[in-house]
Amino acid sequence: MPDSGHLFDYLLRLGDNGLVLAQRLGEWVGKGPVLEEDIASTNVGLDLLGQARLWLAYAGEVEARDGKPGRTEDELAYFRDSTGYCNLLLVEQPNGNYADTIGRQFLFDQWHVLLLGQLTLSRDERIAAIAAKAVKEARYHVERSTGWVIRLGDGTDLSRARMQAAIDALWMYTGEMFAVDATERALIDAGIAADAAALEPHWRSAVQVALDEATLAAPTDPWMQGTRERGGKQGVHTEHLSHMLAVMQSLPRAHASAQW
Amino acid sequence: MQYVETRGPAPVTERMHASDRELAAVWRALGSVLDPEIPVVSVVELGIVRSVERGPDGWAVTVTPTYSGCPATRVIEDDIRTAIAAAGGEQARVVTALAPAWTTDWIAPEALAKLRAAGIAPPGAMASHDTPVAARPVAFGRPRAAIPCPNCGSLRTAELARFGSTACKAQYRCADCLEPFDYFKPH
Repeated sequence: MPDSGHLFDYLLRLGDNGLVLAQRLGEWVGKGPVLEEDIASTNVGLDLLGQARLWLAYAGEVEARDGKPGRTEDELAYFRDSTGYCNLLLVEQPNGNYADTIGRQFLFDQWHVLLLGQLTLSRDERIAAIAAKAVKEARYHVERSTGWVIRLGDGTDLSRARMQAAIDALWMYTGEMFAVDATERALIDAGIAADAAALEPHWRSAVQVALDEATLAAPTDPWMQGTRERGGKQGVHTEHLSHMLAVMQSLPRAHASAQW
Repeated sequence: MQYVETRGPAPVTERMHASDRELAAVWRALGSVLDPEIPVVSVVELGIVRSVERGPDGWAVTVTPTYSGCPATRVIEDDIRTAIAAAGGEQARVVTALAPAWTTDWIAPEALAKLRAAGIAPPGAMASHDTPVAARPVAFGRPRAAIPCPNCGSLRTAELARFGSTACKAQYRCADCLEPFDYFKPH
């Protein structure tokens, strides 16, 4: 049985991905490019937020197993600083234009659906149950984001240029999704975590199929950010996360007893 | 997470034991709790009430959420407690079970007709391609089965957006009667 510290960290990674990306998508509320997309991006964000709650609530329970006072989902969300966040660098990148938002979603969704599919087989029953619920939602997300990459890529000259620029700019954050560190290794060996490295060929082929249909080129630069155990999963973030958290956390920090 | 077997409401008969009558009364009360976002179907018809049991500290009602982020979940839990209290039942506790994950296949047949009458196209069956969930190919780019318009029955309908007014619905439009409508997505 791996120590519960690894499990806690892994659950934070899963939960923080959903929480941070949900917050980013929430920034589009009321100003999406068309009404349907405004609704869609916030619906996706709502699914991710619901998933994040399930992961973080479980993280808090695991934390309490060591005799520590386990934190609630809200305490974990609002009272950790950026260095305590374990999300991927990809999901904290700013919204940019709509191609940037769609590109970020597409690269994440294609990975997320593979990861959750593997986690449905986890020996940790709680993880398997959450993943079985979340993967159904993620399948729908990836259909939408992939569809938009194709529409924008195989669209006008301007939409194509912006979609290509978005993929090019975000590409260096994708390597981290497949980098396995000591925390994940211990949990993979215990049959609890998904082997992220094994997902990479599947992700690459799915992404390539979509980029081909979108008449876009897959970036060839092999340089990746955050892969040497110094990335988002280890709490080393881009500047953007702190700015985002400042907005997200300001109310509960100013009014600690505030109730929704 | 525990696996919970589904038990439907038992019919009330004269020969029933007193506790069976109480159980049936609780199921009847649950049948009056409507989904706050689709107030034409009850939480029992939607298939989110998985079991009702009597424990030492009152009734335990096990529910399963539809979507992870569904904002109606909290309201539904409150409504369940209120309905059981109003029916004269003892204190009720709502337990959330995540596994097995909710599917639109659990929606009762009579509820599908109610959805259609309310202008919402009911979901098609999910079960035929449900296992194993991880191995199913993403359906992107494939032709989808036509969704009949709930207003005029026409099959000449088109998807406007993959997400609608709630997490469980997509937006469609009918090319014949020109009405927009919601489609309850198979899930």
